[in-house]
Amino acid sequence: MNNLIKGEKHDWEMVIGLEIHAQVKSNSKLFSSSSTKFGASPNSQVSLVDAAMPGMLPVINKYCVEQAVKTGVGLNAKINNYSVFDRKNYFYADLPQGYQISQYKYPIVGEGKVTIDFKDGTSKDIRIVRLHLEQDAGKSLHDQNPSKTYVDLNRSGVALMEIVSEPDIRTPDEAGMYISKIRSILMYLDTCDGNMQEGSLRADVNISVRKPGDKYGTRCEIKNLNSIKFIKQAINYEAKRQIEILESGGYIEQNTMLFNTSTGKTRPMRNKEEAHDYRYFPDPDLLPLNISEKEIDKIKSSIPELPDQLKNKFMVTYKLSNYDASVLTTEKQISDYFNQSINSDPDLKHNAKIVVNWITSELFSLLNKNNIELINSPVSPKNLGELVKLISINEISGKIAKDVLEDMFSSGKTARQIVDEQGLQQVTDQAEIEKVIDEVIAENPKMVEQYLDGKDKLLGFFVGQAMKLTKGKANPKILNDILKQKLNK
Amino acid sequence: MSKPSLKQTLKDLETKKISIRELSQDYLKRIKEKKNLNVFIHFSEENVLKQIDNLEKDNSAKKLKGIPIAIKDLFCTKSMPTTAASKILENFNPTYESYVTQKLLDEGSIFVGKTNLDEFAMGSATNTSFFGNTINPLSKENEPLAPGGSSGGSAAAVAANLCLGATGTDTGGSIRQPASFCGVVGIKPTYGLCSRWGIAAFASSLDQAGIFSHNVEDASILLQSIAGFDQRDSTSAKVDIPNYFENLDHDLNGKTVGIPKEYSIDGTPMEISQIWEDAIKVLEKKGVKIKNISLPHTKYALPTYYIIAPAEASSNLARYDGVKYGFRSDEIDSLDEMYENTRAQGFGREVKRRILIGTYVLSAGYYDAYYLKAQKVRKLIADDFNKAFKECDFIVTPTAPSAAFPLNEKQNDPIKMYLNDVFTVPASLAGLPGISIPFGKDKNNLPLGIQILGKHFDEQQVFNAAASLERSYE
Repeated sequence: MNNLIKGEKHDWEMVIGLEIHAQVKSNSKLFSSSSTKFGASPNSQVSLVDAAMPGMLPVINKYCVEQAVKTGVGLNAKINNYSVFDRKNYFYADLPQGYQISQYKYPIVGEGKVTIDFKDGTSKDIRIVRLHLEQDAGKSLHDQNPSKTYVDLNRSGVALMEIVSEPDIRTPDEAGMYISKIRSILMYLDTCDGNMQEGSLRADVNISVRKPGDKYGTRCEIKNLNSIKFIKQAINYEAKRQIEILESGGYIEQNTMLFNTSTGKTRPMRNKEEAHDYRYFPDPDLLPLNISEKEIDKIKSSIPELPDQLKNKFMVTYKLSNYDASVLTTEKQISDYFNQSINSDPDLKHNAKIVVNWITSELFSLLNKNNIELINSPVSPKNLGELVKLISINEISGKIAKDVLEDMFSSGKTARQIVDEQGLQQVTDQAEIEKVIDEVIAENPKMVEQYLDGKDKLLGFFVGQAMKLTKGKANPKILNDILKQKLNK
Repeated sequence: MSKPSLKQTLKDLETKKISIRELSQDYLKRIKEKKNLNVFIHFSEENVLKQIDNLEKDNSAKKLKGIPIAIKDLFCTKSMPTTAASKILENFNPTYESYVTQKLLDEGSIFVGKTNLDEFAMGSATNTSFFGNTINPLSKENEPLAPGGSSGGSAAAVAANLCLGATGTDTGGSIRQPASFCGVVGIKPTYGLCSRWGIAAFASSLDQAGIFSHNVEDASILLQSIAGFDQRDSTSAKVDIPNYFENLDHDLNGKTVGIPKEYSIDGTPMEISQIWEDAIKVLEKKGVKIKNISLPHTKYALPTYYIIAPAEASSNLARYDGVKYGFRSDEIDSLDEMYENTRAQGFGREVKRRILIGTYVLSAGYYDAYYLKAQKVRKLIADDFNKAFKECDFIVTPTAPSAAFPLNEKQNDPIKMYLNDVFTVPASLAGLPGISIPFGKDKNNLPLGIQILGKHFDEQQVFNAAASLERSYE
């Protein structure tokens, strides 16, 4: 695979690392009991602790710790028995304490790795440096008043997991696949809802470029990207920007950048000199976190099947390709749907590839068009299974099945109901098909002549005519066979 | 008039020798008479009368029912404003009650007011308060003396008998030193014994609530009331709180007292060395074994403290930014300016000095040399005590290197001021309980204090030794 991008003068390689901020799925915040529900009215979910009132103290939410450990296990990472919360000190209007409680020297989770799968069947490991727990800040609202900034502290204190990768990523696509994979793992574990639109999952991207084989170049960090599309756009723009600078003899300043989603461009937010000195030190209000092996084992035993395990199972059980199986396991709702569908009829097991295709192409395109989540699909897994079954036993043709699916989608009826009501069963009766073919041949003598003269392509014309007469219900194979037989007589 | 005693007053209230209202009236009268001492930042007669009304309607038995208590204005209280003696919290009215004050309210005590302190408890003379100096009640006319600090208002409130007990906080000596200066009893318990919830933080790893009282018995009663585990404070200890008062045992026969040689410091006034020797002699007479011990890292305690405490303070005080509550400067053209002007105008000199020191020692490139090293030394200091306590049951030292000094002395010399904490800071760093009791006078007839230090959570031993010494001194 060629991952290089062409500059004016030579080829360049991107070196990319991601810091993913994943909101821990938990009803209450990391150090207070306020609700974490999204979309509540401003400052309605703020405790005295979240607002940093004098004398208020943080108390660790044990559930969030368990969620982090769970996630660590899912990332094949080392769980640290000892970790420490530190204060990261800086001033900002939506940071009530004047510091963020985070983990600096001793994170709760150490080194791990995740695997991404390419379409061509190959895979690649992306190494994880660490995962640590930290508090989210509040939100500054600059657009409510021309001269004022308002602060909403609902998000203040919500638990985040920061997942830091090694700079193992080489292309924007890999970056997208990596974040999808992390998202998938988090969602299977139920430790993050994965909702990027609501900001539950967002990433800072570190990127530099180098000539292949060179040392790492100076990197820039693009802050706070909340969609895979933006991540790819930002990487592409930033890489080009850096290459242009380098090729014209300049050098890269280690800057923190912001990405403008409407222009698709990055711009510097602050440079290295302006970088904060966060004055990290252990938070004296909190004791170090000690997690015993026993507790870790208990959490491990509660972990559900993860995407990679499920993927392998699908490949073995249903003889699916690595890629198909990995598509099915990008989201729990997809693999759940597939599982329910394929188990709805024992015969479907041998037609797994067809089930996959009908889910990931036909059903997905209908869902997309109507902006519906798979979990709310009007076509149940069982009903989709029945449709595939009808195809596999040649009761309806694939072409007709597409119409049937659309009907199922809008009417909520089962495939069987629709096929029966509209009489869409394939015609497999030889005599009946023969009759239609005879009719078509009789009506098109010129065409028959041309065909016999060697215009083989005209076979399609006869098939079309015969299908028209049978309203598309003739079994295509039988139709083809008889047609050839008759024409070549 | 007999010496005021909480214990005796409880008896008098119980036997109806005096009513809650009469008792409070007596205290209210004195509080108004002694206004010139500037003991209180907040005092409202109306508020006190309201509390009396409520208690009179309340028929339940309560341990401290009707007892007038003064509260250091670092404890957040619902019924009174809380300022931390800072302009930045000048008009702050908490919607919540600190753990310690809630416990005192639950026991039926009456809060007479919020006492003055050094701004955010940073000082040793109660002279950095935005609300002016507190005057030591023992001052002679025209010679105002400092009450010590930071809990100088609470110490003075007890000394002037404006209450039967007061809360304080002690970070490096802020209860023990003013107790010594004002001739009252002051105990700082083990770190973690009393919840810090609702106390405006100065240095979280050192701050500890404690008690001022007229005598050791009263301190033992009050401390039991404010101690206890609180799940809202992660550093609060899950230990059983004994009934210190019931368990008071004056018999020290067979116990061993540690006398640390490092506390004999050049330049300590003769009178201080004298009372220390006197105390040792008294203990010896009571059958206590005298053990000379060594706490070798003592000399590093003060510099260690003045790195760790400001470091934590610089971060703890970041929340006072003018955004959410408290003072906000009018001169604002940008967010940065709001921070700069709010904090420049809202904090006093000493607080700013410590924020600067703290910010410096935590800065990139200096962290290892200062903060990290200080933490290591702190560990060594704690180890010194742990070792020493294998050989003795308690330790006796002077509380402060001098008696109360004139009000404006040392005002412009922070280092000299910091030296006030030289005997109290080591135990703070080690998180150990310590009490100061009046023991002797200097040549100007000013009280001097003896400090008794105990093992972690061995407040009982501290009280026992203190009660025994107190009795012999009286």
